[in-house]
Amino acid sequence: MGNWFKSGSPWIWMTGGAVSISLIAVLGLLLLIAWRGLSYFWPAEIYQWELVDQQGVSSTIIGEIYDREEVPTERLISAGHKFKQDPGEMVTRYLIKTGNREFVGLDFRWVLATDIVSRSKPEDVAKMERTKNGDFYGYPLAIIEDGKRLALDDVEASFEEHIERAVELNDRAVELQKREIGAINYQLENLRLKERRYELDNALTDSRKLSLQAERDKLQADYQLLEDEFFALRQEAARDSVIIRDMRGEEVTLRLDSILDVTYSNHLGILGKVGHWFAGIGNFVSADPREANTEGGVFPAIFGTVFMVMLMAVIVTPFGVIAAIYLHEYAKKGPITKMIRIAVINLAGVPSIVYGVFGLGFFVYMLGGSLDQLFYPEALPTPTFGSPGVIWSALTLAILTLPVVIVSTEEGLSRIPSSVRQGSLALGATKAETLWRIILPMASPAIMTGLILAVARAAGEVAPLMLVGVVKLAPTLPIDMNFPFVHLERKFMHLGFHIYDVGFQSPNVEAARPLVYATSFLLVSVIVSLNLTAIAVRNHLREKYRSLEH
Amino acid sequence: METQVTQPGSAASQLLMGKGSSRRAFKDKLTQAGVTLGGTMVFVALLLIFFYLLYVVKPIFDGADVQPIMSVELQNNDVAALMVGSDEQNEIIYRVAENGKVAFYQSATAQLLMEAEVELPANAQVVSSATSMPSEQRFAFGLSNGQVVIAGINFSVTYPDNKRVITPSLRYPLGVTPLSVDGSGHSLNQLAFSSSSDMMSFAYQDDNKRWHLTRHEGEENMMTEEVEWVATSSVIDDAPQQVNQQLMTPDQRQLLLRAGDRLFVYDIRDADAVTLAQVIELDRAKTRVSDVALLAGASSILVSCDNGVVVQYFQVNGDTGRQYQAIRDFKNSAGVKSIASEFYRKSFATISESGELNLLYTTSQRKLFTETFDIKAPQQMGFSPRSNALVVEAGGRLHLLSVENSHPEVSWSAMWSKVWYEGYPEPQYVWQSTSGSDDFEAKLSLMPLAFGTMKAALYAMLFATPLAIAGAIYTAYFMSPKVRAVVKPTIEIMEALPTVILGFLAGLWLAPLIEDNLPGILVLLFMLPISILTSAFAWHKLPGRWKQRLPEVYQELMLLPVIIFVGWFSFYISPTLELALFGGDSRMFITNELGITFDQRNALVVGIAMGFAVIPTIFSIAEDAVFSVPRHLSNGSLALGATDWQTLTRVVLLTASPGIFSAVMMGLGRAVGETMIVLMATGNTAIMEWSVFEGMRTLAANIAVEMPESAIGSSHYRVLFLAAFVLFIFTFFFNTIAEVVRQRLRERYSSL
Repeated sequence: MGNWFKSGSPWIWMTGGAVSISLIAVLGLLLLIAWRGLSYFWPAEIYQWELVDQQGVSSTIIGEIYDREEVPTERLISAGHKFKQDPGEMVTRYLIKTGNREFVGLDFRWVLATDIVSRSKPEDVAKMERTKNGDFYGYPLAIIEDGKRLALDDVEASFEEHIERAVELNDRAVELQKREIGAINYQLENLRLKERRYELDNALTDSRKLSLQAERDKLQADYQLLEDEFFALRQEAARDSVIIRDMRGEEVTLRLDSILDVTYSNHLGILGKVGHWFAGIGNFVSADPREANTEGGVFPAIFGTVFMVMLMAVIVTPFGVIAAIYLHEYAKKGPITKMIRIAVINLAGVPSIVYGVFGLGFFVYMLGGSLDQLFYPEALPTPTFGSPGVIWSALTLAILTLPVVIVSTEEGLSRIPSSVRQGSLALGATKAETLWRIILPMASPAIMTGLILAVARAAGEVAPLMLVGVVKLAPTLPIDMNFPFVHLERKFMHLGFHIYDVGFQSPNVEAARPLVYATSFLLVSVIVSLNLTAIAVRNHLREKYRSLEH
Repeated sequence: METQVTQPGSAASQLLMGKGSSRRAFKDKLTQAGVTLGGTMVFVALLLIFFYLLYVVKPIFDGADVQPIMSVELQNNDVAALMVGSDEQNEIIYRVAENGKVAFYQSATAQLLMEAEVELPANAQVVSSATSMPSEQRFAFGLSNGQVVIAGINFSVTYPDNKRVITPSLRYPLGVTPLSVDGSGHSLNQLAFSSSSDMMSFAYQDDNKRWHLTRHEGEENMMTEEVEWVATSSVIDDAPQQVNQQLMTPDQRQLLLRAGDRLFVYDIRDADAVTLAQVIELDRAKTRVSDVALLAGASSILVSCDNGVVVQYFQVNGDTGRQYQAIRDFKNSAGVKSIASEFYRKSFATISESGELNLLYTTSQRKLFTETFDIKAPQQMGFSPRSNALVVEAGGRLHLLSVENSHPEVSWSAMWSKVWYEGYPEPQYVWQSTSGSDDFEAKLSLMPLAFGTMKAALYAMLFATPLAIAGAIYTAYFMSPKVRAVVKPTIEIMEALPTVILGFLAGLWLAPLIEDNLPGILVLLFMLPISILTSAFAWHKLPGRWKQRLPEVYQELMLLPVIIFVGWFSFYISPTLELALFGGDSRMFITNELGITFDQRNALVVGIAMGFAVIPTIFSIAEDAVFSVPRHLSNGSLALGATDWQTLTRVVLLTASPGIFSAVMMGLGRAVGETMIVLMATGNTAIMEWSVFEGMRTLAANIAVEMPESAIGSSHYRVLFLAAFVLFIFTFFFNTIAEVVRQRLRERYSSL
């Protein structure tokens, strides 16, 4: 034993343990996020519990098991709980999602295993996803179509059919509101700004006033028509309703236009569940958020993240590459170049929030404020570019990721053997031609690597964006059908900020948590795959030049 | 590329440098110029960050500036001035005389604009006058018949023809009819007053040198909705007869009477029972007190002495209740003739007989401005409502001076050392930037934030450094290349993991987990090393042929199941242990038995979460350093008979130690600036406690929380920029050390 210790072998094992712990942490973390994020879409079984609580009052609960934990009996007793018979040292406690928020007050409740008399899995119980007040659990009994109760054998099929109809009508109404009505509002606002601009230039003549008024009247008339159409669609969607027996045993009438989807998860087969799972994921990726972001999808956040990152990549690539080429190919080798290089590497380590502060002060307030003074005086005091927006976010992140691109490109340049350069120059090519025809093509994988790493870093940054452009709910996307189509001054939504906002600022954290896991999984998978691509490209590159050197 | 190679023949040089060569040369030059310009611009842009931050921060350290604008000859100054002041735009300056005559002057033209007089009842003379706080622009006159007239200055702004016109006038908040204060009609000598919408208090001395307090309390009549005033009076028996100055606080709770160098503080909350709360001996250095004034907010008294010292007093909770206490001194070179305090901020100005004007700020203890102007024998001084001008009466003239004083409340010492704020029992480090109330003073001490930053970084480093360095050593030195090729990128990928996700997991998953399983965490801490050693020993004792059966390449992975099992086991027995050791609730045990505050989102959670964020940084650099130690060094050592461990500690680690040091520096830099994890995994309270079970607020998280709400250009905004600047310098410094060390090491390796 003594000898064994002297040999140092235990310490080697300890260092091995450190690696193992780090590995477990990394993989565990990724698995945790993946598991929690993906299981959110799996249709859970709906149970019905018969309960008798400590006062002897019996009740029925319908819902999903959300979480379970073991609680020491003593803690429960000291909290004032009385047990009829000794339940042992530990009591299991279930967190049950009961939905039906507007009828039962709390949509989550803890239930002690000792209170449960029986548990069943009824076939005809359904979960309804709604536009408001969260999910609803209950037994659909009958459909009311246009005020008449339908006599049906198969409520389920008819229910789904009617929901589909209502959802489609509602979608059309939303589409109308977003596209046509949104466009008219946009034009009206433009007219107002145009008038204000004339006013500022002292050029608001009576004829101009009249023509503006005529345009406005025309738009108002169009607006009225569209609005009528919109309300007609809405009314048509609200035609039907459904009668549901809830867990209190009461019959509740729900309007069908408030229901988005119905799932009879208890009689879905495995195939049905898988289908439902994929549909859930698809919906999550493509739908708009609802209820203060705690339900629905994350499409605007995905769109915002991708758009901002692409904008950033467009800005950062040329500057980063030119800076790297200058540093490596043109600048004189000396202490100053060395200092610049160290400074650039160090900038990668400066906290991102510092860039955010810089972006807010310099880009938003100084640059944006001046742009507003020069080009958008008619909108003042409402800022156009003088408030946080997607362009400023992209610029801030471009500065933040500039060192990544420079370092990566320079590494690529330094891997190109100088014999290649010398060969090209010896054959009479100028330095510029060598650069353009030989060096850049050879360095392009390194530039790609830098770009991918920059994009991966930018996609995950949240702190600076909180200052320069991200919002919890953006009414419009940065790209739409209104001229000039790309609106760089708009605020946008972002996956990372979405996680922070929903997880920490939302009123119902318990209900929103699975959604946050799903969003996290989405973000992690994008970033990890980007990084893996970068690593693969880098390795491929190294292999390529290794063969070149020999 | 191929065309390039095949094209030039034997006459290549001639061909290439023939026609078109000038165009090619030009292109070459253009590229060079373009790249040089572009590259330099990028570096200038990066440099801009540094200078822009500095540019925003600088004004908070600048002093104030005072410039004389104009002066006007007074028409009528045989009666001394009660107060002087101006309107918000500094277009009109006014002087209120002690007899109720008011003169308004236009500052642009230096002309008399208007004269007014407070309406007095017939056969009554003004015998005394008093002002309330400057922000109210209100004053009162005590009459010989026991009545009081309260009046104020009013400026109404109108815009005829889109031009601003300011019209001054006198207003009477209680109506023109004088208010009867002394029931028996004695004259009101030495009046002090204070009024609010539903209460008015008057203190005065009657002809028999007795002090009285009269309070009128208004009650709204339910039927007529008119306010009816009910008066209460009492005599203050123990008041001194000879009083130099009398002041009443605007909250109508205290009456201050200065008799010579003593200040008598009366508690007048109950008008029927006025009690002497405290007698302050103002004279400390054998000097004479020249003036006593109230600071904005009226919690502080400023006492000026004839040797130029101004002392600030405010109430501090002590053994005998709230007592006034001398807090800090301000030394001026000349005796103070008059003091003026600002309307809302804690600034004040003093002026001496010879015209030396000083601008001071109490809390930050800054002297912002001092200069001697040609303003001899000043009588009265007052700030303008926006504190951007001073009005001084001196030598029969009214002077208007512009004041530029944007950030008086911030000073280097106020940010980094303890400050005694009004209402606090002792000097403290406080960060409290905003509050609901109007006269709130922002407390901008960066100390608690810097402390929080250090605390978070320290716990993160405590967690991350041993794991990352030990892991790096094993990966670089002992691991088989096949496994290393998988392990290294896996750990490095964590560096790219968005910190918002780590923060979310820390706040919503890890924090409750740790809170519920505290004993389990404790067990895990002890069990992990023990179990690793045990399995190592078991491996050591394992018969040789068993060892041979296991593939040698994956020997490292042996520990994975052990650690997973230990982790699971620790959490499994946690409730049982909790029951046995801590009475079923370890959190209650910590709070009640150990007396330690326990926050759910505490430094332990932050340490672990941020540790995870830092591990890959340290691991990656340290691993590189160890791995690139030349093989012939370790081979030589091994050949000389040293064991693996001896070679590692005596040869490899010694050589790689600068690299490991630089890895730790890089990790520290990252931990210091990390924002989202701290924001989400702590309660973000700016406290200064090292306890692992309490939270903190870091510089970075503070910026993220407060920056969007701070008004552009305000002191708060600039202090947040300073916080960012501090972070920038700090991380840049540590990263530079790390980078320089690393480059040196690289050079050394290449020479080995």
